[in-house]
Amino acid sequence: MSIHVDIVSAEGDIYSGEANWVFAPGRLGELGIAPRHAPLLTELKPGEVRVETTDGEEMFFYVTGGVLEVQPHLVTVLADSALRGEDLDEDAALAAREKAREVLAGRSDEIDLAQAQAELVEAEARYRAAQKLKGKRR
Amino acid sequence: MASGKEIRTKIASVKNTQKITKAMQMVAASKLRKTQNRMEASRPYAERIRTVIGHLSEANPDYRHPYLDTRDVKRVGYIIVSTDRGLCGSLNVNMFRAILADLRRWEDEGVETDLCLIGAKSHAFFRRLRTNIVAATSHVGEVPKVADLVGAITTMTDAYREGTIDRLFFVYNRFVNTMSQNAEIATLLPVEPVDKAELQEYWDYLYEPSAGELVDGVLDRYIESQVYRGVIENVACEMAAKMVAMKAATENAGKFIDQLQLDYNKARQAAITQEIAEIVGGAAAV
Repeated sequence: MSIHVDIVSAEGDIYSGEANWVFAPGRLGELGIAPRHAPLLTELKPGEVRVETTDGEEMFFYVTGGVLEVQPHLVTVLADSALRGEDLDEDAALAAREKAREVLAGRSDEIDLAQAQAELVEAEARYRAAQKLKGKRR
Repeated sequence: MASGKEIRTKIASVKNTQKITKAMQMVAASKLRKTQNRMEASRPYAERIRTVIGHLSEANPDYRHPYLDTRDVKRVGYIIVSTDRGLCGSLNVNMFRAILADLRRWEDEGVETDLCLIGAKSHAFFRRLRTNIVAATSHVGEVPKVADLVGAITTMTDAYREGTIDRLFFVYNRFVNTMSQNAEIATLLPVEPVDKAELQEYWDYLYEPSAGELVDGVLDRYIESQVYRGVIENVACEMAAKMVAMKAATENAGKFIDQLQLDYNKARQAAITQEIAEIVGGAAAV
């Protein structure tokens, strides 16, 4: 008897596999989930998700928060890809608003010359590398 | 007609340009592949979270979250995703045109608009118009992080929650295939209720703490995952458009070089003919 575990974040899959036990830092306390657990939905605190796989291995994943969904045969951890919280989100929002003011004032860094040049150099280097490879193949 | 040397210099310079456009085309092609993988990777999260929302709204029918309520429209918000850099054909221009049509429609109805801009190209464009830009961010790069977008999104969702805006739209380029990308205007808020048919084998969860308290966090994450996905998709579109544009530029440069080569040969031939004529003329005079 095992339970399937999926740990996913918005930016991609983190882990997927079979497990005997899953431990997660729920908002109201640490949760241990065995196969055939009742369907459950809760928020996660920053902390460690521990997975005991069917081969007896233990795997650890640090999550900065997220949502945990449990079905009898399936555990899904919807992990946040970054640390968050009221204050952090608020700061980020302020930064975005500040940027908007800059845009309106016309102080936008629209043409990032340094970056453009760096990219051009990179493109040329890649081209040269590609040419060399071509030459070798002949 | 230009002299042989002039044409030769010109050919050399066009060849250099061609090298660069060719390189950019190849770089865009490889980046496109990587971005498409990233698009795939973001799908499971978005799908799961949508199912969770379906369950949540089903679980507490009497609790109406502001995100799920439709209000009369007095002011609307737009989150606009554009590229940071140019050289990608008409990708941004087509999108801005679609947005302008939309904005004009709202103006006719007497509805005001707030804009949230992601990407340097949209900053440059909308700055010149008399628009109300409330949030902006740029240079999220080809590997965007959700964390880079949270600020801009929070500004808009807060405005919705406080009732400043009554509807939130999201504009990005949808990736159809390498040759075609469409500007897409999607509604972010209010969140469309999930079809009950989508919730196969319906059962209820245990909620910790309560369904009402969970809804907030889940909905915010849902919105973020949607915007994130749109930003990734827009990067894919940028790369595809850049690839096509650079391919065309490379081909044009090739045609240009052929023409110049032809001119050069003609000039050379003319010079030789003239020289022979001069020698013959000189010999006859002697």
